[in-house]
Amino acid sequence: MTLMKTFLGAAAAMAVTAGAALADPAIIFDLGGKFDKSFNEAAFNGAKRWADETGGSFREIELQSEAQREQALRRFAEAGSNPVITMGFAMADPLSAVAADYPDTKFVAVDVTWLDAPNVRQIGFAEHEGSYLVGMLAAMASKSGTVGFIGGMDIPLIRHFGCGYAQGAKAVNPDVKIVANMTGTTPAAWNDPVKGSELTKAQMSQGADVVYAAAGGTGVGVLQTAADEGILSIGVDSNQNHLHPGKVLTSMLKRVDVAVYDAMKAGENVETGVFTLGLAEEGVGYALDENNAELITDEMKAAVDAAREKIIGGEIEVEAYYTNDSCSALDF
Amino acid sequence: MDFLTIIQILDSTIRLATPLLLACLAGFFSERAGIFDIGLEGKMLIAAMFSAAVAYVTGSVWLGLLAGAASSVALAALHGLASITFRGNQLISGVAINFLAAGMTVVIAQDWFQLGGRTPSLFGGARFEPIILPFAEAVADVPFLGPIYAELLSGHSILVYVTFLLVPGTWWVIYRTRFGLRLRAVGENPAAVDTAGVSVVGLRYAAVAICGVLCGIAGAYLATALQAGFVKDMTAGRGFIALAALIFAKWRPWPAMWSCLLFGLLQAIALRYQNLDLGVFTVPVQAMDVLPYVLTVIILAGFVGKAIPPRAGGVPYVKER
Repeated sequence: MTLMKTFLGAAAAMAVTAGAALADPAIIFDLGGKFDKSFNEAAFNGAKRWADETGGSFREIELQSEAQREQALRRFAEAGSNPVITMGFAMADPLSAVAADYPDTKFVAVDVTWLDAPNVRQIGFAEHEGSYLVGMLAAMASKSGTVGFIGGMDIPLIRHFGCGYAQGAKAVNPDVKIVANMTGTTPAAWNDPVKGSELTKAQMSQGADVVYAAAGGTGVGVLQTAADEGILSIGVDSNQNHLHPGKVLTSMLKRVDVAVYDAMKAGENVETGVFTLGLAEEGVGYALDENNAELITDEMKAAVDAAREKIIGGEIEVEAYYTNDSCSALDF
Repeated sequence: MDFLTIIQILDSTIRLATPLLLACLAGFFSERAGIFDIGLEGKMLIAAMFSAAVAYVTGSVWLGLLAGAASSVALAALHGLASITFRGNQLISGVAINFLAAGMTVVIAQDWFQLGGRTPSLFGGARFEPIILPFAEAVADVPFLGPIYAELLSGHSILVYVTFLLVPGTWWVIYRTRFGLRLRAVGENPAAVDTAGVSVVGLRYAAVAICGVLCGIAGAYLATALQAGFVKDMTAGRGFIALAALIFAKWRPWPAMWSCLLFGLLQAIALRYQNLDLGVFTVPVQAMDVLPYVLTVIILAGFVGKAIPPRAGGVPYVKER
C-alpha cells in the first residue's frame, strides 16, 4: 500500500510537472511559412533566441490554410500554452472569437491593433515610418528619378508600407516618379518569385532603378532580378542585405523578433493592451551593415538620421494609410 | 501604349508562357494516351527543387536539368504505377502527387541546405544564361524589325527556344509517326490497340514518362533560368493554368501553344498594369488573373466549339474481366 502511495505520488508529481511544461509559449506562423526570409522568419528568430537563452521550449505551427487559424488558436489554448503568439493581421477575426473563451490565457497578436479583448497583447509597428526612411534612401540613390514598390498580397498593411515609402521618396525629391505594383490578391502572392522578377523587369522598363519589395518570399525574386540587372533593391522585415552584397541598398527592419522575444520572456505575465512600436521604440528602422556600407554615403545617412529624429520629435508626421484608407502620396 | 512597351510586354509573355507551354505539352502526351494528369504542378515543383539543388552542388546547370527531369520522371512513374498498373483513380493519384511534392521539396531542401526550404542562390554556370542571337546588337537600331529581333526574339535562355521547337516536334510525333498514331489510339480505344497486338500498358507508360521529362524541363526552367534557386511553392499554380490551357486548346499541340501564349499575355498585362484603363471602364487586375479559368469554363461549356477529351481518358484499361 505504501509502495502504491509512492507510485501514485510520483505519478501525480509527474502530472504536475507535465502541466507546467505545457505552459510553454506557442507561436502560430502565418501562411508565408516560418522560413520566408522576412516577417515570419523574424518571429522565428526571436523565438529561437529566447529558447537558446533560457533553455525553454515553445510550440509552433505553420498555417497551411485560412481554415486552420481558429483551430490552431483553440488547440494551443486548450493545451495550456501561455502566451499564445500569433503572426499577421489575418489572425484578428479568429482571435476576437477565441480570446474571450480562454480568459486565463494571454494572447499576443503581432500586426493587430484594433481588438477589444482584455487578455490580448496587440503589437503594431509603425511600418510607414520605417518605409519613409528607406523611401528617402531610395530617392537619394536613384539616378533616374524613378523608384519602384512591389507589394505582396494587396492588403491595407502592404499599402501602408507603400504609402510611407512614397512620402519618404517625395520628401527628398518632390518630382520623383513612383511605380507601384502588387503581386496578387491571394495568399499565393507571398510565394511567387517568378512574378516578382517579371514585376521588377516591368518597373525597370518604366525607369525604376531602385525597387522596394514588401512581398515575403516573392521578394526573393525581386532582389535576385534587381541584382542580375544591375539596379538596387530594398529588402523588408528582416535584414536582407546579405542576400546580394553590394546590390541591396538597405532593408526596412521591422523588429518582429524583438517583439516575440520580449513576449516570450515575459511569459504568462505578459502585459496586455495595444502597443505600437515605431522609430522611437526602435521597432522599425533601416539596416546598415558591411554589405551595404558602400551604397549609403555619409550624406545619405545624415539626411535619414535627421529625418528619424524629426519623426520621433513630431516635426515630421508620416501619413498612415489606415487613417482614411487612402494615400495622398501614392495612387494604388 | 507605345511600340517599345508592347515589345516589352510580349517579351514578358514569352518568359511567362514557356513554363506553361512545357507543362501543357506534358499534359498533352499523358492525356492523349488516356491518363489524366493533374499532378503537373507537383512534378514541376519537385523538378524545380532538384534542378536548383543539383545545379548548386555540382555547379553545372545541365546536371541540374538532368536531376530535375529524373525526379519528375520518378513522380510520373509513381502516377503510372498507381493509375496504369494498379488501375487506381487518376485524379486522386494526381492530387496525391501534388501534396507529396509540396511537402517533400521543402523537407528535402531544408535538410540539405538548412536555409528554410530554399536552395542557395545560383550563379555562373549553375544557371541558364540568356542567349544573344547573332547580329542582335547590330540590327537593334533598325526601325520596327530591329527591336522585335533584338528585344523580343533574342535574349532568352536556351530552354525557351527548345520549348517552342517542341511544338512542331510534338505535332510531328503525334500525327506523323506510328508511335503517335498508337498513342492517340490508346487514348481513344485501348481495346483496339490491344487487339492489334500492341501493348497498352507500355504505350501509356511511355506517354507518362514523356510527360515527366517535359514537366522536369518546366521546373528546371523556373528554378534555374527564370530564377536563381528554388523557393517553396514557387510554381504558384502554373501546373493548373497549363491544364486549363490544354483544355482550352482542345488537346491539340498548335492551339496549345497559342493558348499558353494567350494566358502568358494576360499575366504579362496584369503584371504591367495594376488596372488596365480602357477609356470606357477600368479592368481590375483580378479580372485578368481569373480570365484563363473563365475562358476554359466557357470552352468546356461548349459555347465556342466543343472540347472533347480523349474518350478513354481517366479509364484504367482492363484486358479481361
